[in-house]
Amino acid sequence: MNLYEKTAYDAAMALEKKEVTSVELVESVLGRISEVEKNVKGFIHLIERETILEEAREIDRLRAKGQRSSILAGVPMALKDNMCTMGIPTTCASRILEDYRPPYNAHVTEKLQQAGTVLIGKANMDEFAMGSSTENSAFYPTHNPWDTNRVPGGSSGGSAALVAADEVFFSLGSDTGGSVRQPASLCGVVGLKPTYGLVSRYGLIAFASSLDQIGPLTKDVRDCAMVLEIIAGNDSRDSTSVPREKESYSSYLGRDIKGFKVAMPKEYFQEGIEEAVRESVMNAVVLCIKLGVEVEEVSMPHTSYALPCYYLVGTAEASSNLARYDGVQYGFRAPDQDNLIELYLKTRSQGFGSEVKRRIMLGTYALSSGYYDAYYLNSLKARTLIRQDFENVFQNYDLIITPTSPSPAFVRGERLDDPLTMYLSDIYTTTANLAGVPAISIPCGLADGLPVGLQIIGRPFDEGRMLQFCFALEKMLGFKGLKPKISADGVLKDVS
Amino acid sequence: MNVSKKEVEHVAALARLALSEEEKILYTDQFNVILEYIHRLNELNLENIDPMTHVQQLRNVLRKDIAKGSEKELVVRILEESPGKEKEKGFFSVPPVIEGFEMEE
Amino acid sequence: MSPEYEVVIGLEVHVELLTESKIFCSCPNRFGEAPNTNVCPVCLGLPGSLPVFNESVLELAVRASLALNCTVSSYSKFDRKNYFYPDLPKAYQVSQYDFPLAKEGFLDLLKDGRSIRKVRIERLHLEEDAGKLIHDQKESISYVDYNRCGVPLVEIVTAPDLRSPGEAHLFLDWLKKILLYTGVSDCKMEEGSLRCDANISLRPSGTETLGRKVEIKNMNSFRAVQKGLEYEVIRQKQILRAGGRVAMETRRWDEEKGVTAEMRGKEEAHDYRYFPEPDLPPLMLDENFLSRMKGELPELPEKRYLRFMESYGLSPYQAEIITSSKNLADFFEDTLLHYPHSQKVSNWLTGELFGLLKTSVKEIDDIPLTPLHLGELLKILDEGTLSSTLAKEVLEESFLSGKLPREIVQEKGLLQISGEKELLLIVEDVINNYPAAVKDYSDGNKKAVGFLVGQAMKQTRGQANPQVITELFKKRLGK
Repeated sequence: MNLYEKTAYDAAMALEKKEVTSVELVESVLGRISEVEKNVKGFIHLIERETILEEAREIDRLRAKGQRSSILAGVPMALKDNMCTMGIPTTCASRILEDYRPPYNAHVTEKLQQAGTVLIGKANMDEFAMGSSTENSAFYPTHNPWDTNRVPGGSSGGSAALVAADEVFFSLGSDTGGSVRQPASLCGVVGLKPTYGLVSRYGLIAFASSLDQIGPLTKDVRDCAMVLEIIAGNDSRDSTSVPREKESYSSYLGRDIKGFKVAMPKEYFQEGIEEAVRESVMNAVVLCIKLGVEVEEVSMPHTSYALPCYYLVGTAEASSNLARYDGVQYGFRAPDQDNLIELYLKTRSQGFGSEVKRRIMLGTYALSSGYYDAYYLNSLKARTLIRQDFENVFQNYDLIITPTSPSPAFVRGERLDDPLTMYLSDIYTTTANLAGVPAISIPCGLADGLPVGLQIIGRPFDEGRMLQFCFALEKMLGFKGLKPKISADGVLKDVS
Repeated sequence: MNVSKKEVEHVAALARLALSEEEKILYTDQFNVILEYIHRLNELNLENIDPMTHVQQLRNVLRKDIAKGSEKELVVRILEESPGKEKEKGFFSVPPVIEGFEMEE
Repeated sequence: MSPEYEVVIGLEVHVELLTESKIFCSCPNRFGEAPNTNVCPVCLGLPGSLPVFNESVLELAVRASLALNCTVSSYSKFDRKNYFYPDLPKAYQVSQYDFPLAKEGFLDLLKDGRSIRKVRIERLHLEEDAGKLIHDQKESISYVDYNRCGVPLVEIVTAPDLRSPGEAHLFLDWLKKILLYTGVSDCKMEEGSLRCDANISLRPSGTETLGRKVEIKNMNSFRAVQKGLEYEVIRQKQILRAGGRVAMETRRWDEEKGVTAEMRGKEEAHDYRYFPEPDLPPLMLDENFLSRMKGELPELPEKRYLRFMESYGLSPYQAEIITSSKNLADFFEDTLLHYPHSQKVSNWLTGELFGLLKTSVKEIDDIPLTPLHLGELLKILDEGTLSSTLAKEVLEESFLSGKLPREIVQEKGLLQISGEKELLLIVEDVINNYPAAVKDYSDGNKKAVGFLVGQAMKQTRGQANPQVITELFKKRLGK
C-alpha cells in the first residue's frame, strides 16, 4: 500500500509510531500529485515543493523532541480556494481575484496551521462557490477521479476530487447549499456541513453569509471527526460563531447505535431521483434496521420549497457580498477606463463569469424595490417553515436519512446550458443550510461504477451522534476501501 | 410575473454589470425559467409567518471597546497589491469621480 | 417672516460617537491621522472579513436615545444598504432600516427661559461611517482614504416640526449640548463629527398638507444650516409666488456664493436594496439594561437651564451661558458649595473667568483653578479686606498657578489697608508731594481729589481702601 492511500488517521498513527515522517508523507502525496493531478485538476495553486518540505521537516523535528501540536501534525491537506491564506493566492476560482494574496489567514487556516497539518495547495472550485460541478471555475474544470469525463460535483469539487484521488489526506470545503456534501457524494468521500455557527467563517470569502459553513472532506468518518475537532469552536471574530464547550467528536466513534430513531422523509425520494440512487440509499436503510435502528417514514411538507427559497436567499446575499469586487482596492481592475462608472462596469463584467453574473443579477432583482416582498421577504418566511419541518421531526427522531444527490456524477458539459437543471443537483442539500442544521454525506454504494452518497441530517450541534451513527453504518456498507480507477491502476480511461 | 429585457438591463445597471446584447437575451430567458420555478413559493400561505433573518438564537454579540493600533505592514501590503496608481502617497486611487454624476439605473 | 407661507423643516443629523475603537473592528476611532493608517481587513472590507459590534457604541447610542426621550427598541437589527461608491469598501453600508435602535422621542426647544416648541425625533439608528474621497481635477484622479470607514455613527431624524431656519439653528444648539453633556460625541462640525442635512418645504399658512420638499446638503456649520435654509425659503417663496412648482430635488449649499444649487441627477433612481445583515445577530435590550443606562444619565441641559433660573435666580441669558457646557455648569454649582451667592458667582464666572479662558484659549476643565479657588476669593472680597481690582489680579494668578487666593494675598501682602491711622500717613505724604493738586482742590476744583486718591493708591500698590482714603482727603483738606 502506498503511503498516500492511507487515511489521515492511519497516516497520523504511522507518524505517532515513528514508522514514517511527515517528509515521507509529503513526498508520497507530491509523487501522487505529479502522477494524477494533470487528469484531476483539483488544485488551483500548488505551494512550492521546498516550502512544503521545509514545513514538514520542522514538524518532524518538533515531533522528534516530543512536541506535536495535534494528532494530525505533519499530515498533508488542501484548502478550498475561498479560504484566506496569508501571502498565498486565494482566488475563489475567479478572474476578479486572480492575483489576490490575502494579508491575513482565515480562522480555519490558523487552526490547521496550529495543529501542524501541512498545506499542499488550494483546491479548485466553482467561481465564488456558485455551482454544482466545478465547471464554473474561471481556470479549468476539475475531473471526477472515478470517471474523468464526469464532474466531481461542486462547488468544492477540487477539495473532494483531491481526497478521492489520494492527492491529499483530507481537505476543507465550504457548503452553502450542498457544496461539501454533493461533491463528497459524487467523488465517494465523506463530507460534513457542520451546524451553522460551529466553525468560524472568519476569512472564508463569503458567498451567502447566512448559509455558508466550512466542513471537512475526508476518506472516512473517523478522519471527519478528527478534522472537525480541529476546526470547530468559538471565534470572537465571527459574530455568528456560537460559544460552546469544545467537543471530542472522536470519542463518539465506536459507540453502539442500537435504538437510534431515524426519520426517512418521503419528499426526498420523489422529485427527480435516479433509481440507482434510491436503491443504494434503501440498501443502507435496510442495514440500519439490521443494526437495531428504528427507521420510519415521515413527511417534511415544505421540502420542495427549499430550492426556490435557497436560490432567493443565497443570491440576494451574494449580490451584496460580491459588490465589493469593484476594482478599487484589490484584485482585478479592468484596463482602459476613463471614469468611475466605466471602472465598475468593465471590471465586474470582465472579472466575473456568467454563473456569478446570473446569480448577482437574480439576487439584485429579488432585493430591488417592488420585488422585495414578493421574492426576498417570502423566501425568509418560507425559510421559517422549512426550519419548522426539521424541528417537528427532531421532536421524535434523532436523525434524518436521505440521498445526498438525486444522481451520481454527470458528464461534463451536460448541464452547463441549463441553469435550472444544474440547480436541481442541490435539491436534497439546501434544506440543511436553510435550517442551519448539520448534515453529512457518506458513500453508500456504486451505481454503474460511480459513487452514491447518503445524507444524514442531525439536530443543531449534534455532530457527535451523527458521526457515531455514520461510523457504525460505514463499517457495514462495505464501501470503505473502494478507490477510483485513477488510483487502482494509475491509468486513466480518459485524459482529455 | 414575467421578466422583460428592460428589467434585466435595470438589474444589471444596479449591479454594475455591462451586458452584451446576447447576454441580455440569454439572461432574460433564463430568468424566466428560474423565476417560474421560484414562483412555487406562491403556493405557500405565508401570511402570519415570521421571516427568518438569522438561523440561530444569538443576541447582542458584543466586543469590548479596545483600540488596537493598526498593523503597519499589513496596510503597506494591501496598498502594494492595490490596483491604483498613487499608492506611494498612502492612498488608494480611482479614475475621476465626477461630483454628482450618477449612473442611470 | 411673511405670513402667507409656513416654513416646514426637518433635519437629518449624523453624529460620530466618542469611542476608542471603530464600530465593527478594533481600529482606533481617531481624526486627523495620515491616510489609510487606521485600517484593517474588517474596515477595508477585505474578502472574508467579518464585523463584530462594539459594546460602547451600543451604550453611547442608547444614552443619546434616552437623552432625546426616545423609546429604545427591545428588538433592533442591522441591515445592509447597498450602493457603489469608492469610499464604501464593501459597497454596502451597515445601517439599520426597519427596526432602528430607538424611535419616537422629542427635544424641547427652549428660548428665553421657556419652551417654544417640542420637536419630535422620528428615529435614531446606528450605522458605520464611510471613508473620504479627495478629488484631484488636474490629475483627473480621485484618492481614497479609508481611515473614517467604520467610525460609529448615529443618525437622528426629526419630524418636519421646525418652523424657521432660526429654529433649525436653535435645535442644533440644543442637540449639541445634549450630546456633549452625555459624552456621546464631541460634535465638532469642522471635523465632521456632526453633520446635518435638511429637508425644507413651504405651504400656504393655515394648511396642513406638506409642500414639495427639497433636501439640502453640504452645510458645514450651524450658521451654514441657517443660511442655507434662509436662502431656500426665499427661493421657494419666489417660485410659489410666481405660481411655479418647487422641484423635489437635492441641493447643495455653496458657502462661498451663499446659494443652493441643484445636485445633478441624484436620488431619483436610488434603490438601496436594504436587507438584514446576516453577519450580525440582532440586538435585544431588556429593562434592566435600559434602567441602568437611564440611571447613568447626567442631568440634561434643558432641565438644568430651567433649574438654574428657578433655583439660583439667574437670568435666561446667564443660565444659558452657564449651562452651555456640563463642566461649566458643574463648576458653577460646585463654587456655590464654597460660596453661596449665586449672582456673584455667576458674575465672576461669566465675567472675569470667561475673559481669562478666552485669552488663554482653554476650557474650564483644563485649568488649575477650581471651584474652591473662586469661592475662597469671593469670600475674601466679602470680608472687605481686598479691593476688587486686586481680586482680579489674584484670580489671574490663581488661574495660572493653581495657588489658593489666600495664599497669594498673603504672599504678596495684598490685603486692603483700611486703618485710618495708617492711611492718614499716606494722605499727609501725598499732600506734601502734590501741592499743586491740593491748591487746585482748595480753589474749588473738587475733582482734583480723584488725582490725589490715585496717587495714594499708587503708593500703596492698590491696597488702600479707596472709599476710606477719599473720605480722609476730603476731611483733611476741608469740604
